[in-house]
Amino acid sequence: MTLPLVEQFQYGLDAPICLTWELTYACNLSCVHCLSSSGRRDPRELSTAECRAVIDELERMQVFYVNIGGGEPTVRPDFWDLVDYATAHHVGVKFSTNGVKITPAVARRPAASDYIDVQISLDGATAEVNDAVRGPGSYATALRAMRHLAEAGFRGFKISVVVTRQNVTQLDDFKAIADRFGAQLRLTRLRPSGRGADVWDELHPTASQQRQLYDWLVARGEQVLTGDSFFHLAAYGEALPGLNLCGAGRVVCLIDPVGDVYACPFAIHDSFLAGNVRGPGGFAAVWRDSELFADLRRPQTGGACHSCSAYDSCRGGCMAAKFFTGLPLDGPDPECVKGHGERALSAVASASPPRPSGDHSHRSRPVPVSIGARPPAGHGLPPDRACDESPLAGFSPGHLDPGGR
Amino acid sequence: MSTETLARGARAGFDLDRPWQLHPQVSVRPERFGALLYHFGTRRLSFLKSPALLTVVSSLGEAPSAREACRAAGVTEAELPAYAAALETLASSQMICARVSS
Repeated sequence: MTLPLVEQFQYGLDAPICLTWELTYACNLSCVHCLSSSGRRDPRELSTAECRAVIDELERMQVFYVNIGGGEPTVRPDFWDLVDYATAHHVGVKFSTNGVKITPAVARRPAASDYIDVQISLDGATAEVNDAVRGPGSYATALRAMRHLAEAGFRGFKISVVVTRQNVTQLDDFKAIADRFGAQLRLTRLRPSGRGADVWDELHPTASQQRQLYDWLVARGEQVLTGDSFFHLAAYGEALPGLNLCGAGRVVCLIDPVGDVYACPFAIHDSFLAGNVRGPGGFAAVWRDSELFADLRRPQTGGACHSCSAYDSCRGGCMAAKFFTGLPLDGPDPECVKGHGERALSAVASASPPRPSGDHSHRSRPVPVSIGARPPAGHGLPPDRACDESPLAGFSPGHLDPGGR
Repeated sequence: MSTETLARGARAGFDLDRPWQLHPQVSVRPERFGALLYHFGTRRLSFLKSPALLTVVSSLGEAPSAREACRAAGVTEAELPAYAAALETLASSQMICARVSS
């Protein structure tokens, strides 16, 4: 009957299927790959009343549920007020947490409701692997939260893992942890977004690891959730369960803590900013009328990928992954399974990729600054200052080495 | 993010002649192509791929049988097997459930 759904979805829906709402940039952790560069609360954060108004809109738009995240959303004093308000208004809540506030008493709340789901973040099946990315003590905190949820009788909460080069060998161990707590494992893709841009080169799975991951996922089928985030792996052959399409601005979007609406949770950058819920018409007007979203809903040509036999499967991969690695949006994904991404990356190695628009990281960590002596006179390069007029300012021939990445 | 899992794969043997209904924990949102369904119990999303199927599903709870709901929605005899398969998929993912006589 009519077009396949994936074709339908390309042109956008009346309301998002899946909306991510980062309630706060405040976080007790400083994960090295945080896609929203969270840490400190933004003073312009939406108030409780403004959050309730957004929920009212989501109810009118019949958004079934929101994925609440952050930062660490549970540190907002009005967190449970907002969760209760949402579920009372027929908007289900799935929230992501590092577990810091999930006491035995708190764990009973979601356990008692069909309309609340919980996702505990864990990026290593051992403390050693997890804490290297998420910080000391975070493994123990996550496992304690899981124990509390299980003891409260919550079946099927999610354990959410960002797959990295370091933890991809632990997939069976993650599954065992999920089974032990009666939880469901969810694996998602590492994006070079937020602070993730700084560590992506060291953390993203190698080509052979991607293949292992794909085979592992195919063998598990619907037992393991993926947030539909590995659709670039569909180019190996059989598609993974779920929607194999970039949903940015078409079926998904992000509301950030200050009400800014971005095309997807991994694209917090001015280039993907569609509007703000505080504007006239609120969130619904942004979703329906933003020029950026209208653009994203136009048929895509595939660009450099158009002639590739796998394009119908992977559709060029993840927009955010391309953007933050400096690749053109109409070319291959940096982790293209055909190897086109690696070649494209080496071609752009000399340029600096775009930086995320906001940085809310804790300032307590040492910021690497080098205040050194100026290079000795006669070093051969033109001066490198903002007011320089020389077209060669900052130019160093070494930066153009194409094999540099 | 997600649609996480889509209802897949229809099996044979949907009972068209008994009463059915939308599962009480399912919400329906009409869209241009048909509708989106979300089950708050299983937390699964599903799709109705045509407006006619939406009409059928919406009227199941009032119709004496699924066959009657299809007939009332203008589904022809030739189309009926396709609709039965779609309803079977929805039943296997608990989006619709058998209705005990009301």
